[in-house]
Amino acid sequence: MTASAATTERRISVTINGTTYEREVEARKLLIHFVRDDLDLTGSHIGCDTGNCGACSMIVDGTLVKSCMMLAVQADGATIETVEGLADGEELNALQQAFSAHHALQCGYCTPGMLMSATALLRANPNPSDDEIRKALQGNICRCTGYWNIFEAVKAAAE
Amino acid sequence: MSTTIAPEKVEQAQETWSGQNVPRKEDRRLVQGQGVFVDDVKRHGMGYLHFVRSPYAHAHITSIDVSQAEAHPSVYGTLTGEEVAALTDPFFQIASVPGANVKDYALAVGKVRYVGEPVVAVVAETREAARDASELVEVEYEPLDAVTDARGAQDEGVPAIHEEAGGNLMWHGVYEWGDLDSAFSEADRIVRIDELHFHRFNSTPLECDGALVEYNRGTGQWTIHTNNQFPGFAIIMMGPAMRCGLDKLRFVSQDIGGGFGNKITSHPQLVACCLLARKLNRPIQWTEWRTDFHLSMSHGNERWFLDTEVAVKSDGTLLGFRTRALDDAGAYLRYEPLGGVIWAQVTPGMYKWRHIRVDFTQVATNKAPVSPNRGYSRMQHLWFTERLIDIVAHELDLDPVEVRKRNYVRAEDMPYTTPNGCVYDSGDYAKMLDLALELVDYPSIERRRTDARARGKLLGVGIGSTLDSGTNNFGQSRLINPELQFSGNNEVATVKLDIFGEIVVTLGTTPQGQGHETTAAQVVADILKCSVDDVHVRAGHDSYWNSHAGFSGTYASQFAVTGLGAVKGATEMLRDEIFKLAGAIFGGVPQEALELADGGVRIKDNPEAFLPFMACGAIINANNAGLPEDLGVTLNCRYVYRPPFEVPDVERKYGNLTLTYASQVHVAVIEIDPETGYYDIVDYAAVDDCGKRINPQIVEGQVMGATAQALGAAVHEQYAYDEDGNLLTPNFYDYHVPHALDMPPLKTSYVESASPFTPLGTKGMGEGGGAGIHAVCAAVQDALRVHGGAIVYDSCNPYHRVWEMLNDPSKGARVQVTP
Repeated sequence: MTASAATTERRISVTINGTTYEREVEARKLLIHFVRDDLDLTGSHIGCDTGNCGACSMIVDGTLVKSCMMLAVQADGATIETVEGLADGEELNALQQAFSAHHALQCGYCTPGMLMSATALLRANPNPSDDEIRKALQGNICRCTGYWNIFEAVKAAAE
Repeated sequence: MSTTIAPEKVEQAQETWSGQNVPRKEDRRLVQGQGVFVDDVKRHGMGYLHFVRSPYAHAHITSIDVSQAEAHPSVYGTLTGEEVAALTDPFFQIASVPGANVKDYALAVGKVRYVGEPVVAVVAETREAARDASELVEVEYEPLDAVTDARGAQDEGVPAIHEEAGGNLMWHGVYEWGDLDSAFSEADRIVRIDELHFHRFNSTPLECDGALVEYNRGTGQWTIHTNNQFPGFAIIMMGPAMRCGLDKLRFVSQDIGGGFGNKITSHPQLVACCLLARKLNRPIQWTEWRTDFHLSMSHGNERWFLDTEVAVKSDGTLLGFRTRALDDAGAYLRYEPLGGVIWAQVTPGMYKWRHIRVDFTQVATNKAPVSPNRGYSRMQHLWFTERLIDIVAHELDLDPVEVRKRNYVRAEDMPYTTPNGCVYDSGDYAKMLDLALELVDYPSIERRRTDARARGKLLGVGIGSTLDSGTNNFGQSRLINPELQFSGNNEVATVKLDIFGEIVVTLGTTPQGQGHETTAAQVVADILKCSVDDVHVRAGHDSYWNSHAGFSGTYASQFAVTGLGAVKGATEMLRDEIFKLAGAIFGGVPQEALELADGGVRIKDNPEAFLPFMACGAIINANNAGLPEDLGVTLNCRYVYRPPFEVPDVERKYGNLTLTYASQVHVAVIEIDPETGYYDIVDYAAVDDCGKRINPQIVEGQVMGATAQALGAAVHEQYAYDEDGNLLTPNFYDYHVPHALDMPPLKTSYVESASPFTPLGTKGMGEGGGAGIHAVCAAVQDALRVHGGAIVYDSCNPYHRVWEMLNDPSKGARVQVTP
């Protein structure tokens, strides 16, 4: 078997934060690599390659997904939201402001994924309890903050 | 969630930016996904690098064939160890002999020494193609026995990992201060502990290592966009190896996704990138995969403490200890054997004992190389000293709180000179302990213990009291190798007033989330009497900005001292230049008659005579005809902060090794299920003292982060190897870092003991001392007291280990007390 025989190109179309992109993509390419490398939307990050860390979290057709666990071709036709779409122009949204006000980020590497998970939570449950916040964020790893300030920020944004 | 208790009322309204929770300047870009991390940097035509790694822990390489990989249509080229050995010299070794004889290159040459060691680099058009083609590289190995237990590394018949070093001993030194014989003859009791083990883990920054390297053929210069956190170190490792001047290596970073010391020793991989950028004449992009990081990058020092003896009076007064420390350096000495001296910054821990002997040995094993990890080397030693306190208390049936208070260095003894000449600058450890105990309502513990017992649980409470020594005196490296010519420390900042009056600051540091842009602006705004919003601190690091010194970087708990010391110095230079310029413009007004206010300079007695910064910047930069020839004003000021250090006494191993000593006292309360060994942390307090706090919220963020990492290490995280040298935890499935649901309720408080030795009264505090590890160990031991009384012997206590100790107390440390 030659190394490249396992893959074929396919043309896909995705709409990310309101912009539609059409591209040829290798069938085996992960959604996160497609978004970062092919579309140059580098706000979403990669931290583990195994679906543990959540740095690549996006909302795909209304559902929170870890985009390293999905192939780009599976997103054909999908509407995707990433961290780049959260702010309204220059105006940070309530969650982004709360993250800054509560010092819920240090290096900022996990932050895009954390924000997307929190966004999905607050849409489904605008007034989450402390426990519900923890459960909603358990799929996102942060190595800087110990999470405590992130919990506070999400709670404040909900209020 | 978390609770913060302020121990003292704020006496007056803040009139300075320093001391306030100024929102971070960094946040705006980071919450929008607009940060620029290394993997975000792209260049036209760049090639993706993937390393072919060793599947063996120890083997001779008998042949390498890259022809099939080179023939892959997407491959741009490859690099082998043979080429590396021809094009570069081995990296400089910090060690004296025998470690000095180790030959370390960017890729394995002739032999592999750990699973995951880079053997060949393949560069291709895409990440995926580079991985595919890597599988086409054929490497033949002749496996050798692996050395995976440091305790047996020097036994007869064990293969030498580095034949040039003549065996597996890398460094040995004996540290002895005071009079051990007298201490042990004066002792009422001697406590002997067979073996204690500090385990192997690291901080696993969420962003792995990476680089984008460009080579300029015309100038012979490399531009290295990388998340390496200590360019000052990388550059002196790389330049001589690559046979080029240091100015040929330009380091650039903007945002770095966590470092924790783990991103200091990426220089071998960076050399491979540089060689390929030149060979293939195209930009080289390298980003580790998570498993690459776990297999090969910067594990924390694993350390054994053997045959320990503690001399103690019946009342718990500690006189001294002796031990044999055995450090497992892994396969190469990338920053080691500096761990063999760094611990000595905190030789007595927080305690007054004066008679100490540590016989320190570092050996090589067939595991990933160790390198700095948050709390580097001091954490291991502080865990050991804290273990001694709790083991002594347990064996002599004393109260661990009382033993600590009896032996802590007292506030009135500060500055306190330790037996090895280090100077603890300030602190009140007993007060911190009181605060921490108050936070967990310590008087109620016995009642809560009874309640827990009624629910079938074993409650335990444990204290961890530690130091975060900061601002290294690099002269300590001479205790490892007297031939080294390093000493002192330095950091650089520039502050300028630009043509439209903008205040622009550059730093020599490489922050990874510590908020340098914000705290630097606070210091500048206080001196120039302007708003933090008027201060523009350039994001990231670029060694071509002239804001770079030999020790520049962000590591070893020092920014609040060295970085901000440089910022303060440069800003004061700028202030004085503004006065000089304004004095001339106003027609010979002396500096004393001038003041800064409202974004400009004015005459104190005549506020109408006001020159805005914009006018100052415009005059010097664009409208300077007619100014006095000898004015000597550029409004572009560079300052190098140099802490006051002497070269240590190499013979006595004596001297001040760090400038500041932040302190931490943590208390953990846990409940163990005796059926399973599972435990929860049900209450937790962290009290911190880092001197003057420029931005309390950022300080508290560091305290929280260090606490979380310590708790992860205490309960779960370990780089475990099997006997063949295979890493058993090469990803986040097997290496469990704390998740949101793992976090206990946290209560924090602080004490503020200004450092008398630093420009702003601050202390470095980013590492946190690992107090959580000890607090959990102590709490587990306390809980087991009524259930067999096993002595906690390992720094990592996952549930199965607790279960083992519950079921068989002899699985704990072996301890004897005489008489």
